[in-house]
Amino acid sequence: MTQPTANCPNCGAKIVFRWSSSVQTVCEFCRSILVRTDVDLKKVGQVADLPPNSSPIQIGTEGVYQHQGFVAIGRIIYEYNQGTWNEWHIVRNNGSAWLSDAQDEYAVTFAAPGRKLPAASEVQVGQRFSWDNETYAVSTITQAHYKGVEGELPFQYWDKEDVVFVDLMTSGGKFATIDYSDETPVLYLGEAVEFDALKLQNLRSFEGWS
Amino acid sequence: MSAGPNPPSQVKALNCPGCGAAITLRSLNQAVSVVCEHCHSILDAQDPRLTILQKFHAATDESRPLIPLGARGTIRGTVYEAVGFQRRTIHVDGIPYSWHEYVLFNPYQGFRYLTEYNGHWNDTSTLRALPTVNSNASPPTVTYLGQTYKHFQSAQAATSFVLGEFPWQVRVGETADVSDYVAPPRVISSERTGKEITWSMGEYITGSDIWKAFKLPGAPPERIGVYENQPSPFSSDVTRIWAVCIGFLVLMVLMYIGFDATARNEQVFQGDYRFDPQVRTEPSFVTDVFELKGRTSNLELKTDATVDNSWIYLNYALINQDTGQAYDFGREVSYYHGYDSDGAWTEGKRNDTVVVPSVPPGNYYFRVEPESEIARGPISYTITAKRDVPQASFFGIALLALLIPAALLTWRSMNFEHMRWAESDYAPADSDGSVLGKVVSGILSGGDDD
Repeated sequence: MTQPTANCPNCGAKIVFRWSSSVQTVCEFCRSILVRTDVDLKKVGQVADLPPNSSPIQIGTEGVYQHQGFVAIGRIIYEYNQGTWNEWHIVRNNGSAWLSDAQDEYAVTFAAPGRKLPAASEVQVGQRFSWDNETYAVSTITQAHYKGVEGELPFQYWDKEDVVFVDLMTSGGKFATIDYSDETPVLYLGEAVEFDALKLQNLRSFEGWS
Repeated sequence: MSAGPNPPSQVKALNCPGCGAAITLRSLNQAVSVVCEHCHSILDAQDPRLTILQKFHAATDESRPLIPLGARGTIRGTVYEAVGFQRRTIHVDGIPYSWHEYVLFNPYQGFRYLTEYNGHWNDTSTLRALPTVNSNASPPTVTYLGQTYKHFQSAQAATSFVLGEFPWQVRVGETADVSDYVAPPRVISSERTGKEITWSMGEYITGSDIWKAFKLPGAPPERIGVYENQPSPFSSDVTRIWAVCIGFLVLMVLMYIGFDATARNEQVFQGDYRFDPQVRTEPSFVTDVFELKGRTSNLELKTDATVDNSWIYLNYALINQDTGQAYDFGREVSYYHGYDSDGAWTEGKRNDTVVVPSVPPGNYYFRVEPESEIARGPISYTITAKRDVPQASFFGIALLALLIPAALLTWRSMNFEHMRWAESDYAPADSDGSVLGKVVSGILSGGDDD
């Protein structure tokens, strides 16, 4: 993995990219949200304090999914009426994927463009959709609030307000999310995963727990 | 991971805005609600100011958790800390029934639950795949990862007491529609609040296993009755005993066929006689001597007599000429027939068969002493002796010895299933109904599929 470097346009600190295709990152020192342009980095925003969050995953956590190693390089934090959850941006085989952690329930998903998606207003709990020969049923429709970003992301993502997520499940443990953050909804397909199966390393430590 | 009753956990120093009492947050920032155990305020655990969401009334000693909050125990190899406790209540025919749920937490593995009702415990986690509901079946079923679960009960459960932390917005008085589907030792439950359904799976666990895991003092509460997903102590034994039974049955049939094929079934003696009770001479006589060859075996004696609304009684002795050993036995042949208001009737028959077991080889003869009614005139009869005849009765006895314990165990197992399903939505309405019908419906709906 090449690690292109640049300097933060705000504070001058050295910015190292863990993944060459990252579009956005956050300066570890001044918390400026930086977006790559053709020539340099542009400051587009500032991260407020992240909400207290107890995800055991952190930037740099490594794991294994489907026999391929991955590393967590960024995340988006959302808040909803049952607390907060994290969408960890993981990089695996030089491709981008997401490891979501909602109260220690984990799922790995991949962006699945090109599928036909319903409009947010049309979706109802229990409704069924078929993608890639799997039948998904809508399990939850979540009104979430964007609470912040950290690290590297494969797209520009900052300064969001309320967003809607539709989660879907199959009878075999497959998992899907439709992200209605932008005008064009984005589908992520994947599956629920057990903590132990991910063989995670470089996890956060919690006092009193080892 | 280290276990201990008082771990130096990452407990935030917080105070209840209602009464000022110290609030501990054991599940880090994963708790959504936390309950002040002094003033019973339900607080927003995600809010740094711990806004009061609800206050509920409860006696301080009401529903103490059997597993104290803060206790740690190892479940399936992972250390969990008890962080929350709630009592939930359903009403059946106006009678409240309550069970308890414990919220367990590990910062890496997340939340897990233990439920307890009448001393019966379940280890429960939320499902990450969707069970398939078949509501047309009777009772309805759900299928999950290839296993079928039968609907047991549906009810509206209300949260009636809370303590500690919850990973959801808990409220006292809030209701959910819960349905349980069982395949012992597992149960799948659906909880519907509004439009959303949460599925979870519980596996039956004994109280003593929980006491061991959490190193709790004393003994767990006694189990009362049979619980919906309690594994039957009989069901696997029933399958096994019938497998053994069928195995032996096949063996016995083979042995019988073998004996039948190898039995000599050889006629060794036959004699025709006539008895006239009106002739007043000594009726007893001895037959010719005949030889019994080969191994020690049985001897079948058949008596055919021309009885017609009469009887003949024969005192037999089979006597070994060489040793003098005698086998004494008496046989009666009687045959009656006639007509009455119901039509023709008969009673008895014109022949009789008896088997003398384990007769050693040698030279034998019969001593025969006939008796009958004087008025009936002479009776002709034939005595036929056969050596080494196949014997079905031993196999019958052996079969019975096999079937009785199997049937008994099956009955106990059916009884257990009957007790289980008596607590379900499918319990017979009147307890005076056919016991057999109830038992049969119980076993039909209660049989496990694996």
